[in-house]
Amino acid sequence: MNIVVLVKQVPDTETERKLDPADSTVDRAASDGVINELDEYAIEEALRLKEKHGGEVTILTVGPEQATDSIRKALSMGADKAVHVCDDALAGSDALQTAYAIAQTLGTLEYDLVILGSESTDARTGVVGAALAEYLGLPQLTLANKVDVDGTSVKIQRQTDDGYQVVEATLPAVISVVEKINEPRYPSFKLIMAAKKKPVTKLSIAEAGIDADKVGLANATTQVVDFAPAPPRTAGTVVKDEGNGGVLIADFLASKKFV
Amino acid sequence: MSVTRLMPSQETADLVELVREVASRELAPHVAEAEETERFPREAFRTLGKLGILGLPYPEEYGGGGQPYEVYLQVLEEIGAVWASVGVGVSVHVLSCYALAVYGTEAQRQRWLPDLLSGDLLGAYCLSEPHAGSDPAAMTTRARRDGDHYILDGVKAWITHGGQADFYTVMARTSDDRSHGISCFLVPADTPGLSADRPERKMGLTGSHTTMLRFDGVRIPAHQRIGAEGQGLSIALSALDSGRLGIAAVATGLAQAALDTAVDYARQREAFGKPIIEHQGLAFLLADMAAAVETARAATLRAARLKDCGLPYSTEASIAKLVATDNAMRVTTDAVQVLSGYGYTRDFPVERYMREAKVMQIFEGTNQIQRMIIGRHLARGATGSTVVVAS
Repeated sequence: MNIVVLVKQVPDTETERKLDPADSTVDRAASDGVINELDEYAIEEALRLKEKHGGEVTILTVGPEQATDSIRKALSMGADKAVHVCDDALAGSDALQTAYAIAQTLGTLEYDLVILGSESTDARTGVVGAALAEYLGLPQLTLANKVDVDGTSVKIQRQTDDGYQVVEATLPAVISVVEKINEPRYPSFKLIMAAKKKPVTKLSIAEAGIDADKVGLANATTQVVDFAPAPPRTAGTVVKDEGNGGVLIADFLASKKFV
Repeated sequence: MSVTRLMPSQETADLVELVREVASRELAPHVAEAEETERFPREAFRTLGKLGILGLPYPEEYGGGGQPYEVYLQVLEEIGAVWASVGVGVSVHVLSCYALAVYGTEAQRQRWLPDLLSGDLLGAYCLSEPHAGSDPAAMTTRARRDGDHYILDGVKAWITHGGQADFYTVMARTSDDRSHGISCFLVPADTPGLSADRPERKMGLTGSHTTMLRFDGVRIPAHQRIGAEGQGLSIALSALDSGRLGIAAVATGLAQAALDTAVDYARQREAFGKPIIEHQGLAFLLADMAAAVETARAATLRAARLKDCGLPYSTEASIAKLVATDNAMRVTTDAVQVLSGYGYTRDFPVERYMREAKVMQIFEGTNQIQRMIIGRHLARGATGSTVVVAS
């Protein structure tokens, strides 16, 4: 079974992340690039499926030059090869354009499953998986916290607020995963060394079959109109216990809809 | 960690990043609890073993990482900065594999080394005895030949991983010749007659168990002797040269951790209306601490480069061990001073760092022994040389 895992490089959430005031896109120079956290779960799930069913795991990244760091990390977790669509024309593409670009690139690959994280820590639109499935005309199984493949079909547990739904589809299909699905492995030094020899195919948009008029900031279907830094954290509420502390805390939790 | 490292390749740079990530996520959360309760963190070694750290400086053909000491020691420093007990443990494990890797026959290496380097097993190194520490040739543990076996009897002391290790590299006396009557043996932990006392009640490195190890008629096949009969002491001392570099690296990491903690605190804590780091008295103290850490690192990596080039490095290893551990003692003591009252409490890690630094001036050869080695080298009137390192 051949699996393609979509990997996005995002600014490290442990550093201060910024938007570029000039064009409202992510300021990639402002913080280190890392693999989008949920994509690590997608990689892990693909590796587990491969260990069970055989086949190959291919990493697909649409992103700038520096995304090679994240591709290397993905390969050192154990993926077999990678495809990196890297083209200045892609800069500023929004979620739908990115899904289009990924769909076109997937047209050049053979796969039974496409797995991705259910959202990225930077844009957090959470729509790429669904949009991609629409572009490809494939079943979409989103928010998976469990995946089972049986022959030509795949069954997932789709996480909801109060439980899960069981969703089944025939292969090929697109699956997005949530962090409950597994615990991503660490690379090892041997795998880091092995990753050096794994093939990374770099494609321009033309080579990936992507129409230049359908990607990039100028053709984006959505626009960032305005942005502002998150307000500084305000002082917390101090509850003074005068015999009614429990009630006050319960009221507070209820007001925030925690209980 | 506020350190810029120069690594020889992208892969080794990735390894350092990986070790940092794993140390902060998987090791750091358990340090305070394990040290407080004197719990040996076996799982930390499994975690590092899976990454390939426990065999890093040994050849790839036996399952090692095939990396020079310059790389291994920088990885070890990163571990030491997060958890000194585990850093020391890695160094001791690597030390315990040294005899087999360097002096074992090809057959011995092929038979045991892959297991020792796999990351699943943990080793210990048994040289000292209750009355033979700095003078190992005074040891009395005996290995008596009995047909195609040896029978070991005696007591070893200060054994890091005693009772926890899966195998022991043991020096024992095969004849009465003071320095040429000692031989080296590989002893699996489950060999009958081998037992560990309860762990010593130490001042620091409390997560690392140190015990006496008793040999009571321990029967070892002769093919588990490493090197020639009588070669044991020179094997032991050669192993210690590389072990000293390991301790120097851990001490450097420990000192770096103390410096980082002190700087963080001094930038936040205010007195007389400004952060205390802006008071010259504190700034100069911190500056001296930073200089001491960098000096330790430079001395350690210089000795490592000599070793990696196949040049003599014994004196430089002693200098690195001496400088790194004396500096770690001073830097950790000064870190307590920077955090003052808070630093003296167990709610902050610096008092633990200070207790951990102390033993580093003692084990792997006391710093008095290091000075003796350096002094003897000077007394021989050795001359230097200029060597071209191929790149």
